[in-house]
Amino acid sequence: MGLAKRIIPCLDVTAGRVVKGVNFVGLRDAGDPVEIARRYDEQGADELTFLDITASSDGRDLILHTIEGVAAQVFIPLTVGGGVRTVEDVRRLLNAGADKVSINTAAVQNPQLVADASARYGSQCIVVAIDAKRVDRKTDAKRVDFPADAERAAHGAAPRWEVFTHGGRRATGIDALEWGRRMEALGAGEILLTSMDRDGTRNGFDLELTRAFSGMLDIPVIASGGVGNLDHMVDGITKGRADAVLAASIFHYGEYTVRQAKEYMARCGIEVRI
Amino acid sequence: MTDIAVIDYGMGNLRSVSKAIEHVAPQLRVTVTSDPEVVSGAGRVVFPGQGAMPDCMREMDARGLRKAVVAAAREKPFLGICIGLQMLFDNSEEGDVAGLGLLPGKVRRFPHEAMVDARGEKLKVPHMGWNEVHQTMPHPLWEGIASGSRFYFVHSYFVEPANPQLIAGYSLYPFSFTCAVASGSIFAVQFHPEKSQAAGLRLLANFAAWQPAAAGMRVPADAMR
Repeated sequence: MGLAKRIIPCLDVTAGRVVKGVNFVGLRDAGDPVEIARRYDEQGADELTFLDITASSDGRDLILHTIEGVAAQVFIPLTVGGGVRTVEDVRRLLNAGADKVSINTAAVQNPQLVADASARYGSQCIVVAIDAKRVDRKTDAKRVDFPADAERAAHGAAPRWEVFTHGGRRATGIDALEWGRRMEALGAGEILLTSMDRDGTRNGFDLELTRAFSGMLDIPVIASGGVGNLDHMVDGITKGRADAVLAASIFHYGEYTVRQAKEYMARCGIEVRI
Repeated sequence: MTDIAVIDYGMGNLRSVSKAIEHVAPQLRVTVTSDPEVVSGAGRVVFPGQGAMPDCMREMDARGLRKAVVAAAREKPFLGICIGLQMLFDNSEEGDVAGLGLLPGKVRRFPHEAMVDARGEKLKVPHMGWNEVHQTMPHPLWEGIASGSRFYFVHSYFVEPANPQLIAGYSLYPFSFTCAVASGSIFAVQFHPEKSQAAGLRLLANFAAWQPAAAGMRVPADAMR
């Protein structure tokens, strides 16, 4: 047995609290990041990702206290993203106890940031988050399988995805696959790949997108966006060939524990840490 | 006096390491330091490292830490982590840089052509995530940790000791590589015990309590009482 595929719960935080509904049995104060992180850790989460969704720059420092609190009690890798603009932002998050920092919009605005942060702190702690949206044809969010080659030929083109920023609101015109290659070359240690077509749909990952990235890059790819059940997580690994899967709502709302997800994946022949 | 010095030469995040040790050994004073005198005066030393080994060697020397690191590795309980393991060896393929030469052997990159699993799928580099660590010798730092327990890794290079007797543990990716070495008062690991949940915390607790008394090594002062 070798390297395990990773399961990564994602927590949206602002003002020192976890937002989005969280529904752990027996946990009254559901919004406390330390409590929630501990619970996921106990369930066997392989890493945790915190997304700072604070809109204004005023409350930015609160995420540092949150990470300090979690890092003092939870001893698995912690990734923090959201609003990271400068190497100084990276430094402060790492000093607060983050192990990796995820860079999204700022990488598009200033690709050199990825190179600088990676040169300074090592590529192991620089995650580039890519929000990708299909632009090749009318989006079919219900599709969970690969289109047959013949069908694709009928549509006239190979699939294409474009990078979006600002939480998926702004198109950049940048080809997502080319962007992934460039980020790897600049020193990204890992790619957090979110399908904007699938995010929030609970219809499963964009497996074609995931597989295209994973096959192209040498660095690990985390699949994100669209998980609605445990089979989706399995598909992300087996069909999408992701190295890790990130999910939020199916864990937050208590539908499944991380342990249940891992046990199911293990039964499907996927190597996981249990 | 510092009980445990975590050597800081400006490469990466040492907070995780010190926090994890404080968590398992709250009675000990843990100091993150780049001061050679603090390292020399400490009862135990942790030697971490992240990033590229040439940068780590350069930054260590820029802070005048080399002598203190070498002396600590010879004299007192010494835990190398990640690049802190790799730097103990003779040299590395990464930037073709010389290491400290405390242990014989070299540091190699995962060779591109070998990175395919049993199903023919490409394996990613860096080797990132939780892998099984198979223990090849009994050691006080393995106490209470089952062989095959998973630890968290993130690295693109691995050590190849010239002397197989140094090997304390190995992992598979896809071939067997050395992920832990032991020699006298030195124990060093490729994985990150500070990020490896229960198994990692146990290893750190074992280190905090370890009393090595290897032949040819000076017995640490706190073991002579």
